[in-house]
This record gives sequence, C-alpha cells and structure tokens, in this order.
Amino acid sequence: MFNSSLKELTAALAARKISSVELTGLFLDRVEKRNGDLNAFITVDRERSLMQARAADSLIASGKAQPLTGIPVAHKDIFCAQGWLTTCGSKMLSNFVSPYDAHVISRFNDAGAVILGKTNMDEFAMGSSNETSFYGPVKNPWDRTRVPGGSSGGSAAAVAARMAPVATATDTGGSIRQPAALTGLTGLKPTYGLVSRYGMIAFASSLDQGGVLSRSAEDAAAVLNVMAGFDARDSTSIERPAEDYARDLDAPLAGLRIGVVKEHFGDGLAAGVGAAVQAALEQFRKLGATLIDISTPNSGLAVPAYYVIAPAEASSNLSRFDGVRYGYRAPEYRDLADLYSKTRAQGFGAEVKRRILIGAYVLSHGYYDAYYLKAQKIRRLIANDFAQAFTQCDVVVGPTSPTVAFPLGAKASDPVQMYLNDIYTIPANLAGLPGMSVPCGFADDGNGGSLPVGLHMVGNYFAEAKMLNVAHQYQRATDWHLRKPEGI
Amino acid sequence: MSLSVDEVKKIAHLARIEISEAEALATRQQLNDIFALIGQMQAVNTEGIEPMSHAQDLMLRLRDDVVTEQDQHALFQSIAPQVEGGLYLVPRVIE
Repeated sequence: MFNSSLKELTAALAARKISSVELTGLFLDRVEKRNGDLNAFITVDRERSLMQARAADSLIASGKAQPLTGIPVAHKDIFCAQGWLTTCGSKMLSNFVSPYDAHVISRFNDAGAVILGKTNMDEFAMGSSNETSFYGPVKNPWDRTRVPGGSSGGSAAAVAARMAPVATATDTGGSIRQPAALTGLTGLKPTYGLVSRYGMIAFASSLDQGGVLSRSAEDAAAVLNVMAGFDARDSTSIERPAEDYARDLDAPLAGLRIGVVKEHFGDGLAAGVGAAVQAALEQFRKLGATLIDISTPNSGLAVPAYYVIAPAEASSNLSRFDGVRYGYRAPEYRDLADLYSKTRAQGFGAEVKRRILIGAYVLSHGYYDAYYLKAQKIRRLIANDFAQAFTQCDVVVGPTSPTVAFPLGAKASDPVQMYLNDIYTIPANLAGLPGMSVPCGFADDGNGGSLPVGLHMVGNYFAEAKMLNVAHQYQRATDWHLRKPEGI
Repeated sequence: MSLSVDEVKKIAHLARIEISEAEALATRQQLNDIFALIGQMQAVNTEGIEPMSHAQDLMLRLRDDVVTEQDQHALFQSIAPQVEGGLYLVPRVIE
C-alpha cells in the first residue's frame, strides 16, 4: 500500500479491498513509527483524521466517491485548516488553531480526501533547508545527517519516507521544487494564480503559489485536478474553465522542443548533478524530443532581485503579527509599542527577522527606486527572457538545484550561501510560470554515498498538462522516481 | 553600501522588532552580505524597462455591493490573547 500510486489506492478503495479508515490508520501508524526520527510532521490528530476517513467510507459505500475520496493527504502547515493547529513553522503561530479552512483545504475536504496531518516547514516558508522551523529541522530520509530542502521539507520527507501518499506544499522561490529534487520526488509549482492563496499564510504574495509533492507526475496531475480552481476570495486567482491536467499524460513526445538553458550548466553546478541532467536530456532525445540551446541572459540577476521583492512583500505581510488578535503575545510589556516589538522579537526566528529588516529597508524613504523599482525592472527582463525562449521551445529544462542534499548545519550560518540554492528555481516565480522537478538520477554526495538529483522544467503559462505529459513519459521510460531510501 | 549599527537599529524600530546591541551588531554583518548580493542588480542597465509588479496583468474584480460575510466575531476572538466584551484588549494608549 505504501508504494501504491493514487490510481491504485483509489481502485483498492473502490473495490473495497481496503477502507479509508484502514488506509488512513496504516499511514498514521507509519507516521507514529518514523516521525520521531524525521520530524516531518508538526501536528497529527488521529481521531480527527479517522473521522474524515469514516465520512469518506460512507461516500464510497453510497457510490458518491470522487477522485481522491478516502485518500490521506499531508498538508504543509502553511494551509489553514479549521480546528487544526496551523503554525507556519513559527513560535508566532504556535498556539494558532485556525478558525477557517484555506481554499485548498476546502477543495480536498469537498473531494472527500482525509487530512493526514500538518507538515513541518521553514518558518513562514523562509528557507531552503527546513532548518529555520521553530519545531526543529526535518531530516532527509535518504540520509538523516542531511537536509530535505525547504521550505516544504516536511512535506517532502513525509512523501519520500512513505508516511503519506502525497502532500501539498507551496513555492515562493523554489520551496516545492528544491525539496523534491533533494528527496527524489516529483514537485509541481503551478502557474501563478491557478491555486488560490486564500488561507495560505502569506510570505510574498506576488510569488507564492500552492502545489504538490508526489511520487509521480501521474499522481501530481490527480492532485492538481482537485487543488486548482478559481476562488473569488483571492484577488489574483485566475478565472478560467476547469481542465483535466491528466488529459495529455499518454501523448508521445515526438516533436517536443526542449530548450536547454546554457546559463544553468556553468560555475557552481556540481559535476554529478550536471551529468545526471545531461543523461536525462539524452533520454528525452530517445523519446523523440529535439533539444535546442537557449539563453536566459538575465537569470543570474534573479536571486538579487528576488531578495528585494520577496522580503519587501514579506515585511508588509508579516506586519499583521502584532500579538493583538491571534497568535503569540509577549508575556510582559510596558505599553502598546513595547507589546508589538517584544512580541515580534520573541515570536519570529532569526531568518524571518532578517527578511523583515531587508524588506523594511528597501521600502523605506529614499531607497525605493534604487532597490524595489530596480528589482521590478529586472523581474520584467527575466519574464522577457522566458517569453523569448518559448518562441523557440515548448519547455525549458536544466538542473533544479546546484547540488544534492547538503549536511544539516552546513549553510545555516551563511544566509547568502543558503539563498544561492534557489538560483535555478527563482526565475520561474518571478515570471509567474509553472515549474516542476522530476527525479533524474543520483550523484555523489562527497562522502562515499549518492543522493537524488532533480531535473527542472519550466513551461509556458498554463502549460501544466503539457509539463505533466513530459514528466510522465520520462517516468514511463525511467525508474528514478520509483527508487526509495534504504530501510523505507 | 554598508549599514551602520544605528541604521540596523532604526530599521528594527521601523519593523517594530526589539533588538539588543549584540543582535544589532551580528545582524549588521549579515545584512551587509545580503546587500552585497542585492547590489549585483546594479550591473544591468534597466533604463526604459517597464517595472513588473505582478506575474499576470489582472484587473481587480468588482462584486455586487451586498453583505456576504457572516458575523463570526465570537469564533475569531476565541483565539485572541485578550478580549473583553467583544473587544480586543491592548495596553492603554490614551491617558
């Protein structure tokens, strides 16, 4: 059961080979057994999950099952779920039991899916290693001395360790794709606006997008079918007809034009990671695709621009955490100003504070043009690079992350080194384009072992079905996505 | 550019985050490293480029001017640090 696809699990539920209560119980037992070691979940609530599973079993019994009815899904702790502790990995929300459901959670509830638990994450999704969480770091199931990536490290570790069939996640600069690469999973960040941000705790609102961490492209398509959809409560939600993201999975790749970003194979890319990605390109050629060299000359400016735009938006978004209406409040204070500044000093961790300070600075009087406006112009140049690329090719590919999973603590004290992890993934967020990471092999970990490598793919706006098709055909021809950590 | 410790303290005050002298010192170095990274932006000429604030060119939607929200103040205040008589309590602001 633990290695079954969503299609297989759905078939087993429909054929009454297993009930949702039994399936949910099996995964909950797994979480109980393995979470102490991996720290992938912040909150598990067996009774609440089983209550949903019982309701799902009634739906199945009465012939009202939909896709994902009865399937347990782990949710990143950034999604508000009514009655569930929703911490966003922060002390600031360590007592926040959400009074409402995020749109994403409502979509899963309406489909009859079961909430398996809330997964660990970098505090307010700010991090690339899951080490900034108030709840402690998550361990990589492939090597427990290494990071699982971040910020969706808990969701990634949960799926990679087979503690959950699938998990939700969010991606502001690479937070779905980089953990997918580092844990051997398939990760999908949809086009900006496809998945509602309502009830998804805001980090950088013009970049944040909800998505999926799964074991295959086929599973990701099934989950996106449930997650995506217009929501009037998110002012940037895109109103367009519903589509079946699995519709093109089986289309052959003959004639596909793959753009290979030459800037992404330069300095800083680990040799073994580059080799695995090159081998994947050869595989695509065998599947009938044409490889085209393309250039995104401004992509080197993406990280600097991102570290203006994202902190600027974060400093504004996180001003709501003031200790007045919900969440943490400092136990002692002199007056209102002191209440604010003590609550925020004690409630936020070091990385979150750093980003708030950067944001406050770049938006302050006299600096706006030099930083924020400049970054927005570079954002345009990066989007233009992609627009130019898509006149020549259907998808753009390269490595997801410059290295395999790195040791816990290796970059924790050097913010700039940590930020450079997302050098290949950030451009898609700035442009608002959909991105994916797909397992494409293993590379030397520098310590006698080998760890998973991810192939990064960016598609044009709303090209999710095409990208899932490309990934699925690759996964039919290879078995990297079926590999699992030792002892799992 | 290089931030002084006083500038770090000033930004922390703007952001309403209490910061000690020692923290300001440590933070200053990290922020300066980050601003060195950000400074790479200046390498490119962006004259005449239209700033991009958002991925999609969206128009704000309008809705009918009717009440759609339900009164949930009791539910929302049930998780507040301190409430009384339907009001959120904070330290006295006006003497």
